[in-house]
Amino acid sequence: MGEHIVSAFDDDLVSIQAKISEMGGLVEEGLKMALQAVNDRDPEMAEKVVELDRKIDDLDIEIEQMATTVIALRQPMALDLRVLLSALKISTTLERIGDLNKNIARRASHLASAKKVKLTRSIVAMGEATLKQLTQILDAHSERDSDLAVEIWNDDIQIDEMYNTIFRELVTYMSGDPRMIGLGSQLLFIAKNLERIGDHTTHISEMIYYIVNGEYLGDDRPKGEPLGLDLFMDD
Amino acid sequence: MQNIKIQASNVHVYYGDNHAIKDVSVDIQDNTVTSFIGPSGCGKSTFLRCLNRMNDTIDICRVEGNIDLDGENIYDRRVDPVQLRAKVGMVFQKPNPFPKSIYDNVAYGPRIHGTAAGRAELDEIVEKSLRKAAIWDEVKDRLNAAGTGLSGGQQQRLCIARAIATSPEVLLMDEPCSALDPIATAQVEELIHELRESFSVVIVTHSMQQAARVSQKTAFFHLGNVIEFGDTTQIFNNPKNKKTQDYITGRIG
Ligand SMILES: Nc1ncnc2c1ncn2[C@@H]1O[C@H](COP(=O)(O)OP(=O)(O)O)[C@@H](O)[C@H]1O
Ligand SMILES: [Mg+2]
Repeated sequence: MGEHIVSAFDDDLVSIQAKISEMGGLVEEGLKMALQAVNDRDPEMAEKVVELDRKIDDLDIEIEQMATTVIALRQPMALDLRVLLSALKISTTLERIGDLNKNIARRASHLASAKKVKLTRSIVAMGEATLKQLTQILDAHSERDSDLAVEIWNDDIQIDEMYNTIFRELVTYMSGDPRMIGLGSQLLFIAKNLERIGDHTTHISEMIYYIVNGEYLGDDRPKGEPLGLDLFMDD
Repeated sequence: MQNIKIQASNVHVYYGDNHAIKDVSVDIQDNTVTSFIGPSGCGKSTFLRCLNRMNDTIDICRVEGNIDLDGENIYDRRVDPVQLRAKVGMVFQKPNPFPKSIYDNVAYGPRIHGTAAGRAELDEIVEKSLRKAAIWDEVKDRLNAAGTGLSGGQQQRLCIARAIATSPEVLLMDEPCSALDPIATAQVEELIHELRESFSVVIVTHSMQQAARVSQKTAFFHLGNVIEFGDTTQIFNNPKNKKTQDYITGRIG
């Protein structure tokens, strides 16, 4: 794309893009820290995630203000309009991922006193897969790489499947040993939050696709339907 | 899908050696607002003027190709350009009311075409036209006052009333708002919206936002060519051509 005749417009777009990258970096960092807090059952680390989330919230507001100003001043069209509308949506999505990170981290405090179970490992593995998707989608965004975005969008089914496996195992544990219910439900929340982060990542894929192609990616993504408890009720 | 009102095919226009319009084909649909956008000097006005043979008045101007109104070639020898211009009316950039009363400005067309049987019918046409142009309430008590005494926005709506008094089928507007303030512009835009019910409207505009707001079809002109022509929403949201994209997003091509 060529440069705008009004160069300040280009500067504005570059600053917004930079803010989103900054925000994406913090969200990524937040997820890493939350997973570490879960793995190490470290309440102090959890507290750091909560602090970090405040910065993420501030950036969300900042991006919203920047984009609103540019829309009002420049009356953008076509690609420019898509970039700005997507900036608003992406920053909202990142802000939500930040909240989910915080939620995951808070569970770590509850885990601190519980006994070790091997399932924590599966959840951390799921967390790593989710983190990888998030890192890649942020790259795809800064590169405007629509193909990579679609790839990530399709790959989300793997996270859905990991979630279903963990769900099944946890329910089996909990029904076998009621003393596991407290710990098990904490782990279940964590897995669910990770699954939600995966979904939000696909929303960012959709935004990238829209920016690049001017069309919607659609909704027929391969999805692993999250299991419900009724699965265990049949027999 | 609307009927095609005007079909222009392979139109070329020359001013002496200057090849101002190059092989342009555009369909103008009925009850539709079509906008022409593009940088200055790309031929928008020239092409617009072809649609009611306004270019005939320019000596060095030569028009080639085919322009049909309801399937009939408007450049056919048997077509009377004055009759044609009653059917295909025009509103200009600068409001240009005649130095006559408001009433006479609107009655001018019907009088020369002899469309009204008597005074009563003429009164009726004048009132109907002023109402359609959304200016009746502002002038009904001073129809004998000079048209030139109105504000810029009112003058432009008066000119629109004058253009529609001959019951045209197509209304051509060449940058009708460029001399108006934002309020008057909004009023004319609102009017264009309503006119679409009765006419097919073609508007040349420098404001991309205006084109996006008022029209359903948009043609992008560049150096005498039509680069892209399609639904306004598509042109402004997702233009297919890079030149269109550069122009509407304000980029250096
Ligand atoms: N009356 C005229 N006599 C000679 N050349 C003209 C006349 N009107 C327009 N042109 C030329 O035709 C080209 C297109 O002009 P015009 O149709 O006015 O463009 P636009 O309306 O898109 O600004 C320009 O090169 C212009 O100089
Ligand atoms: Mg012009």
